[in-house]
Amino acid sequence: MDTFLGLEALVLARVQFAFTVAFHFIFPAISIGLASYLAVLNGMYLWTKDEAYLRLWRYWVKIFAIAFAMGVVSGIVMSYQFGTNWSVFSDLTGPVLGPLMAYEVLTAFFLEAGFLGIMLFGRGRVGPTLHMIATAMVAVGTAVSATWILSVNSWMQTPQGFTMNEVGQFVPESWWDVIFNPSFPYRLAHTLTAAYLTTAFIVGGVAAWHLLRGRVANLGVQTMFSMAMWMIAVTAPLQIVIGHEHGLNTLEHQPVKIMAMEGHFESHEDGVPLVLFGWPDQDAGEMHYTIEVPRVGGLILDQGWNGSMAGLDTVAAEDEPPVGIVFFAFRIMVGIGMLMLGIGIWGLIARFTGRLYDSRWLHRAALVMGPSGLVAVIAGWFTTEVGRQPWVVYGQLRTADALSPVGAEAVGASLIAFVVIYFLVFGAGVFYILRLMNHPPEPGETGLRDEAGPVRVAGLNPHQQVQETGGPRPHGGEN
Amino acid sequence: MTDLTLIWALILAFAVYTYVVLDGFDLGLGILYPFFPKKKDRDLMMNTVAPVWDGNETWLVLGGGGLFAAFPLAYAIILPALYPPILAMLLALVFRGVAFEFRWRATSRYGQRLWDYAFIGGSVVAAMAQGITLGAVLQGIEVDGRAYAGGWWDWLTWFTLLTGVSVVLGYALLGACWMNWKLEGDIQHRARELARGAAVLTVMGIVFVSAATPFLEQGYFERWLAWPGILEVAIVPVLVGALILGLARSLFMEGRDWLPFLLTLLLFLLCFVGLGISMWPDVVPGAVSLQDAASPRESQIFMLVGALFLIPIILAYTIYAYWVFRGKIDPEEGYH
Repeated sequence: MDTFLGLEALVLARVQFAFTVAFHFIFPAISIGLASYLAVLNGMYLWTKDEAYLRLWRYWVKIFAIAFAMGVVSGIVMSYQFGTNWSVFSDLTGPVLGPLMAYEVLTAFFLEAGFLGIMLFGRGRVGPTLHMIATAMVAVGTAVSATWILSVNSWMQTPQGFTMNEVGQFVPESWWDVIFNPSFPYRLAHTLTAAYLTTAFIVGGVAAWHLLRGRVANLGVQTMFSMAMWMIAVTAPLQIVIGHEHGLNTLEHQPVKIMAMEGHFESHEDGVPLVLFGWPDQDAGEMHYTIEVPRVGGLILDQGWNGSMAGLDTVAAEDEPPVGIVFFAFRIMVGIGMLMLGIGIWGLIARFTGRLYDSRWLHRAALVMGPSGLVAVIAGWFTTEVGRQPWVVYGQLRTADALSPVGAEAVGASLIAFVVIYFLVFGAGVFYILRLMNHPPEPGETGLRDEAGPVRVAGLNPHQQVQETGGPRPHGGEN
Repeated sequence: MTDLTLIWALILAFAVYTYVVLDGFDLGLGILYPFFPKKKDRDLMMNTVAPVWDGNETWLVLGGGGLFAAFPLAYAIILPALYPPILAMLLALVFRGVAFEFRWRATSRYGQRLWDYAFIGGSVVAAMAQGITLGAVLQGIEVDGRAYAGGWWDWLTWFTLLTGVSVVLGYALLGACWMNWKLEGDIQHRARELARGAAVLTVMGIVFVSAATPFLEQGYFERWLAWPGILEVAIVPVLVGALILGLARSLFMEGRDWLPFLLTLLLFLLCFVGLGISMWPDVVPGAVSLQDAASPRESQIFMLVGALFLIPIILAYTIYAYWVFRGKIDPEEGYH
């Protein structure tokens, strides 16, 4: 078997997929949340005519534009990687998954892309109602996109509604069953909520940074912080409930994944402990340095005080996922979730005691937690994806059997290219985003370049057009 | 059965054509960047496409996704066969796509230059890789069973280099015609001059590729040059000739600035029809027919319902978006 730096094509292709998807996933997680936030800000501005909302819209739209562009380009890579590295998977699952992805393109990508230009550059040209519709369409597009791609992913986790044809392709039998597969609603709710929570922490972190720097004279900052803390207070506990339900669903359909997440190498007959921490040793089939709470694991998993649960000792070795990664990734996700809940409660207390804008410790905590959602999202993604191994379509198609007829050198060389280029390009993007965030929203905040200066359009300039369509007068010097 | 597969082949061809002409002209701007060294000109060029480029590129995702969905076997064979050029295209599009945003965010002259180079390099490499992909599919792919069976450098021949360069030139022509339409003053003037040069080179590319194609495979030869079929297919080169004359005329006339762009779109359409005549009824020439690669009927029907309903809607709001940003951009009115 040919290798690259001692690694086989299969390993390299998996690392490449994990790397590119983890990088990609950051950006939709931000743009799903920010698109909705921008729609809310735009709506609030139209409703209240309070300039603070417009200022925030213009502030965040610049950050959104960068995150969105990075999401688009890293997403195009994903859409072709199925074919380059996983061509057997593509051939066999194409009839089922291809249409779902085609629907994602037709209902979501075009919607986002078509209205993005109007949202970013069209405020001075289409009038407030159409501009609001464009902003809303972009937000709807991001959520619809998530819906389809999570249906695809969920089907790979809990496949149903298909038969096999003579060449081994999955052939759809019931589209309803394919799309609404058993884990889909849980995964969709969990991921969308994660995106909103992630964005709320980023917005809250940026606001906290400016509050800590004493930029309180700027009303936009307080509005930003208040909105973020409301969002966290609502979504953090909600996410814990959804995550719990998702876990129960996984226990029903992918029990082996739960065994790995919970670190249960052994079966439990009478009462299932909750493993708080430990060091999984998959070769020996046991946990080292375990700290556990008796019987609570069974309660959490709805198995009762005296419940029983099978462990990895009941699973054939070739069907076990890599326990260490799943175990730790799950703990990172849950740990961050608990901290998020803490911030949510703290924010509520500070609000009701009138200290929301004065509590420096709350602001420091919010700042530190700013990027935590991204870490949690990636950890969660690893939990669910690595936990599905060694299957790419759970129980049906092994990852090892899905690989392209590729040489290790080709996959290895392209992996290095991805790593180098992604760090360079997206590193620059993150730098530009952080630099934008480092400045507070200004009273004369300008949006993207269109709003800074007028553009003449076929003998009709934007000012006239807005006035003719009954829109508000342009604001001094900004349009 | 046949009909559904045919409909899907047409939908896919439509998606790929739309991608080629739409992203073609905005990639063309990147290819032409070296001819416009002034920052002010480059700003203008980028602003002519900033609101629409993302939608243009989405057609590429539909092309790839549509192939995966409607002809999964072809997707599974073609992508591994073209591993290096497709990877190069994806990475080039990464650079080019972010340049649209990063260019405005770089505060130093040096940083802006850097993203200008990313935009140029990304556009050239992406266009070249697409041309190579086209040529490699046309020259045939080695297949064994349901998988690619050739080597890693099979795609690299003088023919694919020729198609690669031709596509770069063709995109440059589209880009120059777009600038001629959307800009005015000096920059439009220079764009028009460049369009003339690009038109000559593109026509040479078309002639060379067309002359070489019949000799790639026996099937192509028979389709294009055997009697009496030649009487039917000859209409394509005749129309190409007429269009080239029209394009040449329009590039030397004042006024009707949209005309060269429109004629170039039609020229691309004819090249596309020619390509279809060569390949029909295969999707991997000489190895896999459209019929063999097609998804099961259940998949085709499910998608068709959505595609026939959604594609017109997509076209409607895409046209609306172009209409919102219609007209010439005045070079005297700076954005930044």
